[in-house]
Amino acid sequence: MRKIWWKFLAAGLVLYTAIFGLIGEVPRQPILNETIRNVYFHVPMWFGMMALMISSLVYSIKYLRNGQVQDDVYAVEFANVAIVFGVLGFITGSLWGNYTWGDPLPKDPKIIAVEVGLLIYSAYFVLRGSFEDEQKKARLSAVYNIFAFASFMPLVWILPRLTDSLHPGNGGNPAFGKYDMDSNMRMVFYPAILAWILVGVWISSLRIRIKLLNNHLQDNL
Amino acid sequence: MQEIKNLIIKDIILEWRQKYAFNGMVLYVVSTVFMCYISFKLKTNSIEPITWNTLFWIIILFSAVNSITKSFIQEKAGRQLYYYQIAKPSSIILAKIIYNFLLMVFLGFLGFLIYSIFMGNKAENLGLYLLSLTLGALGFSASLTLIAGIASKSDNTAGLMAVLSFPILLPMLSMLIKLSKNAMDGLALRASYDEILVISGIDLIVIALSYMLFPFLWKS
Repeated sequence: MRKIWWKFLAAGLVLYTAIFGLIGEVPRQPILNETIRNVYFHVPMWFGMMALMISSLVYSIKYLRNGQVQDDVYAVEFANVAIVFGVLGFITGSLWGNYTWGDPLPKDPKIIAVEVGLLIYSAYFVLRGSFEDEQKKARLSAVYNIFAFASFMPLVWILPRLTDSLHPGNGGNPAFGKYDMDSNMRMVFYPAILAWILVGVWISSLRIRIKLLNNHLQDNL
Repeated sequence: MQEIKNLIIKDIILEWRQKYAFNGMVLYVVSTVFMCYISFKLKTNSIEPITWNTLFWIIILFSAVNSITKSFIQEKAGRQLYYYQIAKPSSIILAKIIYNFLLMVFLGFLGFLIYSIFMGNKAENLGLYLLSLTLGALGFSASLTLIAGIASKSDNTAGLMAVLSFPILLPMLSMLIKLSKNAMDGLALRASYDEILVISGIDLIVIALSYMLFPFLWKS
């Protein structure tokens, strides 16, 4: 946590993707045209959300194994930031969809999946809010977090591939990697993913530190 | 094994003694179906096949949530403590899941019977429809039993139950509606292997997770 180099890396990469994402060369695609640049911002949000959800899951499992309050704080804050990333991905996606599919919210299994995902994680916070006792709250919400993650995964990874989807890579549509992205784009796209994951971890680590300091202060009162 | 069997028998005997709860569940299904009959069939005398199917699953979903909620609040805390002493948590959750599964199969089949009497039977491949009902009962009972365990620890059990379970059941429900739609169209079993596989997979994941996670709930 105390190491600082990856924060510079994250900030540098975000800056790099913002600049080269907007001025770099992109291939001309029918319908997509210049909106293809949104792939640098929309897709990394999902990667960031996934990474944060997985971290939240790992810390929930850790909490159940050894019952450290610290692990519960980690799990909650990762989930919190994951929701923010989910909302951002949703907004960038509906902006993009508005110009390419002609509808900000078309009928698409991936959109439904993320709506359900946001509902699940909101339910997680409702669950946490309904207990007074810290231990009980932490244990029950850890159980729910693991359970929710496991039932969310088939929704995102399996169902869109079985049904028709507008998204590339689903329902027989080719994935971006195969045709649309040239090497110029990849030079921006992969760093963008890394950058946004790091920014997500950074934000969560700040929130975790604030929360832990608060807990510490309250214990010493 | 013996422990699980005893726990299931205990649940059935308890249910038999307090018949009002069981009758309540049956009446819940019947009156919901009747409500739908009055609002759809009687008014317009026509219902789209897709609406017919979805409506049925929503009835089943609500009666499942309603009847499984009481899994852990029916018995007093003292008695729960007693079970905690004499039985393994893993056998308790398995017994509850199997018991709720039997209950859901019964309610589902009964609901289907009444529903087809009132609203007409639109399922061409009846066997496949009943199979999807059974798979649904398994998945619903496994995930709702664990969530009932979580929700029973709070003061607002019923409200929390709905909030926690609906998003989790959604993927399963959408697959079930798809599978039963195939059954309504009279497609052969072969055409629906994909759906059956995915639903069984989800059921398995949910059962395995309930089995692993329940001991942590039981402690508190």
